[in-house]
Amino acid sequence: MAILGRGIEAPDFNLHVTPDQTLSLSELRGRPVVLAFYPADWSPVCGDQMALYNEILPEFQNHQAEIIGISVDGAWCHAAYARQNKLHFPLLSDFEPKGEVARKYGAYRQKEGVCERALFVIDEEGKIFWSYCSPIAVNPGADGILEALEELSAKKGKRDDQVKDADNAA
Amino acid sequence: MTKLKTPITQRDHVQGAEDAPLTLLEYGDFECPHCGRAHPIVKALQERFGEQLRFVYRHFPLAQIHPHAQSAAETSEFAGAHKRFWEMHDLLFENQDQLGLPLYQELAETLGLPAEQLIDALETGKFTPKVQSDFSSGVRSRVNGTPTFFINGVRYDGPVDVISMAEALAFELENAA
Repeated sequence: MAILGRGIEAPDFNLHVTPDQTLSLSELRGRPVVLAFYPADWSPVCGDQMALYNEILPEFQNHQAEIIGISVDGAWCHAAYARQNKLHFPLLSDFEPKGEVARKYGAYRQKEGVCERALFVIDEEGKIFWSYCSPIAVNPGADGILEALEELSAKKGKRDDQVKDADNAA
Repeated sequence: MTKLKTPITQRDHVQGAEDAPLTLLEYGDFECPHCGRAHPIVKALQERFGEQLRFVYRHFPLAQIHPHAQSAAETSEFAGAHKRFWEMHDLLFENQDQLGLPLYQELAETLGLPAEQLIDALETGKFTPKVQSDFSSGVRSRVNGTPTFFINGVRYDGPVDVISMAEALAFELENAA
C-alpha cells in the first residue's frame, strides 16, 4: 500500500492526545502540520527519531508548524513514553479502531499491526504538501521535513508580498 | 548516499592536515554513552592511519535526554577559545559519568584555564550559538542520532568499531586516490 502523496486532501481525524483529551487535524488548519507515523513507543529507532524531533522543535516553530507523532499505542503508554523522554509535542493514539487513521494515509502495516514510519507535511489549507515512507528500521531524520517546511514558508512569503503589493496599489 | 551539507571551515575543530586524503567527521554528544564508546575507537583509527587521517568534531547534543550535553559542549568550546579544545574534548569523554559544573571547573584548572571565566561563559551562553549551529548543520546533513560519522563527506552507516571503520577508511583511501 502506497502512502498518500502531494496534493491530496489530508484525511481528518480525531484521536486521543491524553487519556481525557482529543485532537483533530482540522483544529490545526491555518498552519503547516507535520504528521510522523511511527511503529511503536519504546522501540529504539523511533526513540531516536522522536528524540530528534523533540530537539529541533524550535526549527519547526520557526515555520509556525505543529509536529504530531502517531502510533497505535494507547494514550497511557504515550503519556509514560513522553514523560520518560521529556517530549514536548503531542503523541496521538491510533488505538481504537486500531490503525484506522494510519490506514487512511496508506501508512498501516497490516501484517505487524503497526504504523509505517511515514512522514507527512500538510499545508495551511489541509493538503498534503510532502510525504515520505522510510524503511521501518531506518530513522528518516528531519531534513526532508525541514526542506518541505522551508519551501512552504517561501511560497507563503511570496503570497504575502503579493497581498501587500495589491494593498499598496489600492 | 547521504552527504555532508555543511563543508568543513575555520570554525570547525580539526585534528590533522588539511590535505590528508581521509577526513573523518563526527557529530557527537559528550553525554551519549555510544559516543563515549566511540571515543577510543576514533583514537585507535587516528593511530592506525596517522597523517593520512584528519578528524573533525561537531556538536550534536541531545539536550532533552542528556541534561549535561549542552553545558559540556559549551565547556569544550570555551577550551577551544583558549586553543585547548581537543584536550577538553578528551577529558570530557573520559569523565563522561561525572559531567557537571564541578567537573568542568576541575578540568579547566587541570588545563590551566580560568575557571571563573568558564562559569561566566556558561551562564551567559557565550558559546550556545556555536553549539546550536553545529546541531543545525547536523540536522541538515541527516544526522539522526549520535554518534554519526562522515567519511570524506559521506555518511558512514556501518557498525562503530575499529575493524569496520578501518575497513571503510582503507577502502576510501584506495578509491579516492
